[in-house]
Amino acid sequence: MTTNTSTRGKMALFIGCAVLMAVAPFVIGSVLGNSWVRIVDFALLYIMLALGLNIVVGFAGLLDMGYIAFYAVGAYTYALLSSPQFGLHLPFYVTIPLGAICAACFGLLLGTPVLRLKGDYLAIVTLGFGEIIRIFMNNLNQPINITNGPQGVNLIDPIHLGDVTLGKTMQIGSLNLPVVYLHYYLFLILSVLVVILASRLQHSRIGRAWVALREDDIAAASMGINIRNIKLLAFALGALSGGVAGGLFASFQGFISPESFGLMESIMILAMVVLGGMGHIPGVVLGAVVLTVAPEILRDTIGPLQMNTFGRMIVDPENARQLLFGLALVVMMLVRPAGMWPSKRRALEFSDAKAKARAQKG
Amino acid sequence: MADALLKIEGINKRFGGLQALSAVSLEIPRGSIYGLIGPNGAGKTTLFNVLTGLYMPDEGTFTFDGQDLFRAKPHKVVAAGIARTFQNIRLFSEMTALENVMVGRHIKSRAGALGAVLRDPRTRAEEAAIRDKAWELLEYVGITDVAGELARNLSYGHQRRLEIARALATEPKLLALDEPAAGMNPRETDDLRQLMAKVRDGGVTILLIEHDVKLVMGLCDRIAVLDYGKRIAEGVPDAVRKDPKVIEAYLGVAHE
Ligand SMILES: Nc1ncnc2c1ncn2[C@@H]1O[C@H](COP(=O)(O)OP(=O)(O)OP(=O)(O)O)[C@@H](O)[C@H]1O
Ligand SMILES: [Mg+2]
Repeated sequence: MTTNTSTRGKMALFIGCAVLMAVAPFVIGSVLGNSWVRIVDFALLYIMLALGLNIVVGFAGLLDMGYIAFYAVGAYTYALLSSPQFGLHLPFYVTIPLGAICAACFGLLLGTPVLRLKGDYLAIVTLGFGEIIRIFMNNLNQPINITNGPQGVNLIDPIHLGDVTLGKTMQIGSLNLPVVYLHYYLFLILSVLVVILASRLQHSRIGRAWVALREDDIAAASMGINIRNIKLLAFALGALSGGVAGGLFASFQGFISPESFGLMESIMILAMVVLGGMGHIPGVVLGAVVLTVAPEILRDTIGPLQMNTFGRMIVDPENARQLLFGLALVVMMLVRPAGMWPSKRRALEFSDAKAKARAQKG
Repeated sequence: MADALLKIEGINKRFGGLQALSAVSLEIPRGSIYGLIGPNGAGKTTLFNVLTGLYMPDEGTFTFDGQDLFRAKPHKVVAAGIARTFQNIRLFSEMTALENVMVGRHIKSRAGALGAVLRDPRTRAEEAAIRDKAWELLEYVGITDVAGELARNLSYGHQRRLEIARALATEPKLLALDEPAAGMNPRETDDLRQLMAKVRDGGVTILLIEHDVKLVMGLCDRIAVLDYGKRIAEGVPDAVRKDPKVIEAYLGVAHE
């Protein structure tokens, strides 16, 4: 009967989590205010992004520094097809999948020329790719105006189906569901879906081939793995998730501009993957949540803290925030180089390497 | 020769000014154990790399089991039926022994990304078959007791065996082993000899690079000798052993 009780235990845990997730926006909203629910919404978007990048960086071991480009492609696809920009108002069930497919195509577009590159070289080229996409978005307002340039696209339609829209507070009986709550539920469902898909991919023939590629590409090729295809698949599938997140972002914000898709964003998403625990899905999710929420906490506390202790602002809160954040990253890499929540294997590998280094010194 | 599984003719490979292989020809009979020997730097591993698609040969012809494999990509070579091990063991160190062999089944299975995310019955059945076959191969080389260990934690002898199991997972017609006995003690070497004989008896042709002359002479049906990228001798072990050119270049007098 042990199996029965353990499945029952899992069931209870699952229901507990589901209930917790369901009431989370109400609790957060009433305790901290709705601006914090909005932050949680963004954390969910970043989970999707980080899990997508994790396929490329964590599973397949390809250092991609331009991942934000796929987010941009997804966002612009949605924005251009559902806004007054071209007077098109296609429904979300067209624009979001289309954005994902476009992003995947851009994934292939990026993947193809960099097939032979590894490590630092790959990082530099992908970084350039990310910038190229952003600069394109910035300049495609002439000779014909496509993206509206640096002004960005405004008045993007919220996700809606018939009369039901996520762009207005929803009234269900006596229950009031503000816009940020509605998006919370949508993003939650989709991020759970991405978690499931990523974990299924990881534990499959394809996932094994990615790890083989990461561990030793020559041995992988000698085992009959088509290196080109498996790399392109990683780029395309990673981009797919970024594209979906981009479409959601555009609909949620109602406004996008090239500014949202800078290098700093790419680095943030990479930091979520690396700090969380490369290749380990729970770690990456944790990394995304912590790196979205922590800066906001700092933003809320640094200013008041200085006012209370010194009676005036000594360091500009924004600067202090960046400084503390950078410091935290450095400390993390020193204390937990494998990430906050690495897979058991990777944690082992890092501790082995440390022990070896110590043995060599001593 | 009755039935050649692999046939290369006039293979040249240059690295800048270095002629690593010059006009090398070989014909490996089906079902045999074929030895490839020669001094350090003779070009043995380079020839392996050419045969397995890791290096592009400059000139020559290369047919395998009726297929033209000249300048074919590594995965095409594996698909055609050539699998290999590496002189400096190249396992997937962060994977378990079992998973390493499962990677070897890649080419014999088909599930793609869609199958992976849908987990349809066919994909699940295939995955189970991959696992079973991998386990069977670990049994075959005699290392099931370390199936769950990470490859990099295995002993040297186990790693060598695991590499052979992983190569066998691709169901090759030709198994190319690059110094599999290097660093093994006499008992391990003897086990390896038995394993190679078992593989050959199972119908797989073996191409063997090995410095252990006693092992090569005792096991191989034919032997080719490389020196400075040239094939200086070829034949049955007894003939090769007595060849003055081979004695001068490689065997020396100390070995006899
Ligand atoms: N990728 C490469 N680039 C340049 N030179 C190479 C390359 N690979 C091999 N060589 C050179 O080709 C020659 C043959 O090397 P190879 O590794 O094939 O020798 P080997 O017969 O396997 O020797 P050993 O018994 O030491 O393994 C050597 O001089 C080596 O330095
Ligand atoms: Mg060699």
